Amino acid sequence: MSYLEYNVKYSPTGLAKVLYVNWALVVLLTAVASVGFLMLYSVAGGNIERWAEPQMERFVLGLVVMFFVAFVPLWFWRSMAGLAYAVSVLLLLGVEFFGSIGMGAQRWLEIGPIRLQPSEMTKISVIMVMAAYYDWLDVRRTSHPVWVLLAVLIIVVPAFLVLRQPDLGTALLIMGGGGLVMFCAGVSLWYFGGVIAAGGGLVAVVMSSRGTDWQLLRDYQFRRIDSFLDPTLDPLGAGYHINQAMIALGSGGWSGRGFMQGTQSRLNFLPEKHTDFIFTTLAEEFGFIGAVSLLVLYLGVLAACVIAAMQSKNRFASLLILGIAGNFFLYFAVNMSMVMGLAPVVGVPLPLVSYGGSAMLMIMIGFGLVQSACVHRPRERT
Amino acid sequence: MKRPAKDTAESVRTISRRAALLGGIQLVFAGTLVLRMRTMQLADADQYRLLAEENRINIRLLPPSRGLVQDRNGTILAGNVQNYRVVLVREDAGEPRAALERLARLIPLTEDDIERAEREIVRHRPFVPVTIADRLNWEEVSRIAANAPALPGITPEVGLSRHYPFHEEFAHVVGYVGPVSEADLAARENPDPLLMIPRFQIGKVGVERELEETLRGSAGHRRVEVNAVGREMRELGRQEGDPGTNVRLTLDRDLQAFAMARLEGQSASVVVMEVDTGDIVTLASSPSFDPNLFVRGISVTDFNELRENEYRPLSNKSVQGAYPPGSTFKMVTALAAFEAGLASPEERIFCSGHVEISNRRFHCWNRRGHGRLNLVSALSESCDVYFYDMAQRVGIDRISAMAERLGLGLRHELPVSGMSSGLNPSREWKRERRGAEWLVGDTVNASIGQGYVLTTPLQLAVMTARLATNRMIEPRLVLSIDGEDVARSEPASLGLSSAVLDFVRRGMWECTNHTRGTAYSSRVVMPEMRMAGKTGTSQVFSITSAERAAGIRSQDQLPWNRRDHALFVAFAPDVNPRYAMSVVVEHGGGGSSVAAPIARDIMLAALAGGLPPLEAYPQPQRNRIESMINTIRDQIGPATQPGEASERA
Repeated sequence: MSYLEYNVKYSPTGLAKVLYVNWALVVLLTAVASVGFLMLYSVAGGNIERWAEPQMERFVLGLVVMFFVAFVPLWFWRSMAGLAYAVSVLLLLGVEFFGSIGMGAQRWLEIGPIRLQPSEMTKISVIMVMAAYYDWLDVRRTSHPVWVLLAVLIIVVPAFLVLRQPDLGTALLIMGGGGLVMFCAGVSLWYFGGVIAAGGGLVAVVMSSRGTDWQLLRDYQFRRIDSFLDPTLDPLGAGYHINQAMIALGSGGWSGRGFMQGTQSRLNFLPEKHTDFIFTTLAEEFGFIGAVSLLVLYLGVLAACVIAAMQSKNRFASLLILGIAGNFFLYFAVNMSMVMGLAPVVGVPLPLVSYGGSAMLMIMIGFGLVQSACVHRPRERT
Repeated sequence: MKRPAKDTAESVRTISRRAALLGGIQLVFAGTLVLRMRTMQLADADQYRLLAEENRINIRLLPPSRGLVQDRNGTILAGNVQNYRVVLVREDAGEPRAALERLARLIPLTEDDIERAEREIVRHRPFVPVTIADRLNWEEVSRIAANAPALPGITPEVGLSRHYPFHEEFAHVVGYVGPVSEADLAARENPDPLLMIPRFQIGKVGVERELEETLRGSAGHRRVEVNAVGREMRELGRQEGDPGTNVRLTLDRDLQAFAMARLEGQSASVVVMEVDTGDIVTLASSPSFDPNLFVRGISVTDFNELRENEYRPLSNKSVQGAYPPGSTFKMVTALAAFEAGLASPEERIFCSGHVEISNRRFHCWNRRGHGRLNLVSALSESCDVYFYDMAQRVGIDRISAMAERLGLGLRHELPVSGMSSGLNPSREWKRERRGAEWLVGDTVNASIGQGYVLTTPLQLAVMTARLATNRMIEPRLVLSIDGEDVARSEPASLGLSSAVLDFVRRGMWECTNHTRGTAYSSRVVMPEMRMAGKTGTSQVFSITSAERAAGIRSQDQLPWNRRDHALFVAFAPDVNPRYAMSVVVEHGGGGSSVAAPIARDIMLAALAGGLPPLEAYPQPQRNRIESMINTIRDQIGPATQPGEASERA
């Protein structure tokens, strides 16, 4: 930005910031979260205290945090990016050595009364640091192999630590989020094409090795792949959850079985019905119409973000918004694919709808950053 | 800013392009998700809806109550009694051990019972009721009910279980029920789903088995909604089943009880039937067993004891036992000869005590010989030589045909288990089975019911009924089903010449009523109850020369299982007969000394419709008979009144 521009544009300050909050985004997020409250009320069998009420409290807290983050100038967040990343990696290392075990994986770090889930925080900090990295980097060097390799390292180190916990879903989201920022920053498409081709080639080689002398996976691992590809092969074992989820989803039909009338969730056939599989309950009770409506709300959130990113002339701001929006997309895309049997069950919640505080808070902080970018966007004087 | 404005503008365009591209990819992906939902929720919705319903709805069968088996007067022979049991639900009872120990203070529970129950409790989900104790009495149930507040999760329940109120008396005919076995399921092409219910019982033996389909009834069902772990959430619908159909048998409880008591201590069987209808009023086999043991699940010790007993209590000897008929077969030989016109009843034949046939000597039972006798005295004195002579004249073909005409060697249609067809030998049979030609000696042996001939007590009773009526009487065991009389056809004539038949009947009459008759000591002196009969003593083993040398002369000195079978067939009264019967006492010794007295007592009981009247016996025997009858009366108790036991239904 040239000196001249500082004269003709300004950023809002003080209470005026409230006027420049992206209110459309706030409404959309609240709408999505409300779908969550409704479904949590339903899967608890009409009990509001069990899941819906705590979820509402968390959302309100999330909104407060979001506004707080939004009113802090964006340059502050940009300068915090490196620190946030370093703290995330240190905390992940802390989990590696001192973490407590829950649900068969090491995810939590307990510091006194506070329970931290550093992998959640890492999702945001990786996006922040990548946006700052490409903002700092000379644009001409964006596709230079050395700088690409450095970017990949920044992403892979925390992702690897998360994978060790093990938490495949979060590790994929971290890599996806970071990768999306690289994509938006303009890293040559050849790299992405290369990665996709290499991945596809690896899958092809592994699958074609089956039954030969140089078989690359053990038989039981192949059988797991089989049961992912066709869950009906093992209806009581590994495929049970996904089968029940698909039954719930399919039985919803056009308009669903009615609010609180979903037998699959009410009778506990659905696994994790209040967390990862909550979308199936929505699809069961409100049918195709309900499921597509939620999808449209999600796409609305994405559209709001993409528009905001395009309006912003600030490289850091645009990359940050696109990274957070992309992360949000990965959340619901992976979750929905999973419950529809299109992707393996990797444990990714439905953003803002699934019950859970940590993920909700991080998502709201992410949108706080988006709001901060919107609020502090230099504007023409009028 | 350090960077030139051109680069910034260029980089902003790059970001916008990439953002648009990314947005496009995301839209395409969202479109894929919508298509997938469209396939699942619109195209395949019915299929998934069906799967969801299958998940949700369970059909639980309601077992019907089993039909009753009654005697001819309605007395219940197989009924259902309320069976109290106590069940425990873990999630309500708390710690199982403590709950069981509290329960053990109220009802007898051994340490073993507690441990078994504990094992079963932990094996099931916490909401599944587990049966702790079965067959409690009313007092125990009331104790549990009274202490209910202190026993959370423990409740008494009531179900129906099969009960045979007369224990041993009808075990063989009525049979018993037991749990469905793998073999039972394999034997059925399309097993009734009821059979899959745990603890469901089906007929295993006897009428219970043969009339299983009638007695079982049809299942009702409940449609219940269950959750993922199988807990019942609510009942969606209920349809009661049809209870099983009641079956009334032709048996008479009191007479059967008398017969069983009279046979006590013997390995024996008695069949009594009405001569006009073929209705079997008594079908007794001794010794017997308590079928209730099998309903509960008999212990291995008890079962082995029954199985290894040489008197074979598990066998229904009346229809399963096949014995050489001995002299009771002589009527067949005689009728075969006279019907063929090869001899006349008046013709006298000389018995010297033995006769030479094909260079073999055949003895009469009376070694000193009977002298000259005609048919009537040959039957009454049971001369063997007379029938040896007849046998040679008539040949096996005619004897065999006559035996079949009288119902021997045939499997009669009765709902009983393991019915034997006996053996009515013929030339073809011997050629096929033994690979040898029929010899004259075989005919001679057959003529007095020895050799290859085998008959069941039931067949002998049928034969006697046919001799008494000259009609094709068929035995019948089921009187009515569900109150509807079982249709019976008027029996056809047997077509025997009544003149000849009269001679045979006269011979049987003299057997019990002529001083020289073999069963004279078992005569009846009351004219209206007079009995005509025929003794039989069939050899199982000959007394060997070694035994003879060792001084064994009489049956009593032989071990039990080598003694002769004692048989007697009879009908009474002698004019217008009402009942025909057969008695077989395994290894009993002599037909006249052992079988005939039993036959007389039971026949008199049948005719009197109660205990045998003392006046029917010859004066000198009355003291001995009176004490015997008193013993039996004390044993069987007072006669049942029709419908008395029906309140148990």
